[in-house]
Amino acid sequence: MEQFLAQLAVFVVAAFLGWELISRVPNLLHTPLMSATNAIHGVILVGGMIALSESTNPAITAVCFVAVFFGALNVVGGFWVTNRMLGMFAPPRRRVRRRKG
Amino acid sequence: MQAATFLAYLAAAALFIVGIRRLRRPETARSGNTIAATGMAIALVATLFVIEFRGLLLIGAAALIGAVVGAVSAQKVKMTAMPQMVAAYNGVGGGAAALIALSEFYHLQTTGEQDLIASVTVPLTILIGSVSFAGSAIAFLKLQEVAFTGSVSFPLQQVVNALLFLGILLLAANAVLGGEIIPSLPPVASVVAVLAASLVLGVLVVIPIGGADMPIVISLLNAFTGLAAAASGFVLNNYILIIGGTIVGASGTILTRLMSSALGRPFGKIIFAGIAASGTGK
Repeated sequence: MEQFLAQLAVFVVAAFLGWELISRVPNLLHTPLMSATNAIHGVILVGGMIALSESTNPAITAVCFVAVFFGALNVVGGFWVTNRMLGMFAPPRRRVRRRKG
Repeated sequence: MQAATFLAYLAAAALFIVGIRRLRRPETARSGNTIAATGMAIALVATLFVIEFRGLLLIGAAALIGAVVGAVSAQKVKMTAMPQMVAAYNGVGGGAAALIALSEFYHLQTTGEQDLIASVTVPLTILIGSVSFAGSAIAFLKLQEVAFTGSVSFPLQQVVNALLFLGILLLAANAVLGGEIIPSLPPVASVVAVLAASLVLGVLVVIPIGGADMPIVISLLNAFTGLAAAASGFVLNNYILIIGGTIVGASGTILTRLMSSALGRPFGKIIFAGIAASGTGK
């Protein structure tokens, strides 16, 4: 129970933090921000690794294998595509194309 | 958990936050993305120590395939097709959360551990993750103009969705209570049914929404996947999942609101009406 309460405290603080982090962002950055936070929730890969490491049943191992595959896809694809998206903002101050999200 | 891995998770969380902060300005945005990615790398390496390198071969194989597919698809996608690519990556994240919760439910069942918190958060993770997976898949198909383009609706859609949601709650309760509500359905089969029904719900919720509103829907589903990741953190007692997932869940929610007001499309209308076919209108 004590552990849960500590986790709950972290959850509540993180929720407020996430809320505060994104305020008054220029419209231009909406899509990259969505894409970057999308990559960050790829942290679910951590869960996939833990689940796969403790699996003893073949069917569950297969399920976890897919989960790790999905998680890695989320992380690598997410950060990579965000990087490409933001590459459009460089070189400094010269916006080549305006893109609608 | 050992102090070293805990501190590594803490460092990863800090880098996520610094990364997002830098993403708020065009000049620093790209470095922000790199910083967040560094945090992710730290979290993943720390996890190797948490699991004490068990099952490394399978994990490595699955992660390698995922990383290659992710890198190649992200590199090849056209600039104009990026929103649907984000939808795809978001969907698989939600799918991963659902599958992890499923396996964890099985794990708890076989070990016979009684864990009230896990038994509530497992069905929740499966529900949110599956809705995000299926919804993102539909968003991808719509934006790619493969299927479901425009608004797809049928009579009594809202009623069907509501009944389906109630059914999911019933199945979830049955799973948590060890099959007491529906005796013919054992708990593990019951959570598999929750997963299947949630996938259907995800499809039904997104098909009536027109393509022009898809970026907003993807943003919302992004927040959903964040929440699913956070919920799975409660299941697995893992802090980086709780922190990372929650930050995305909260920032994704407010980002969705910002986007819908920037595009001049009322948020509630998009999500709940779905009837107002927007088609190609901008």
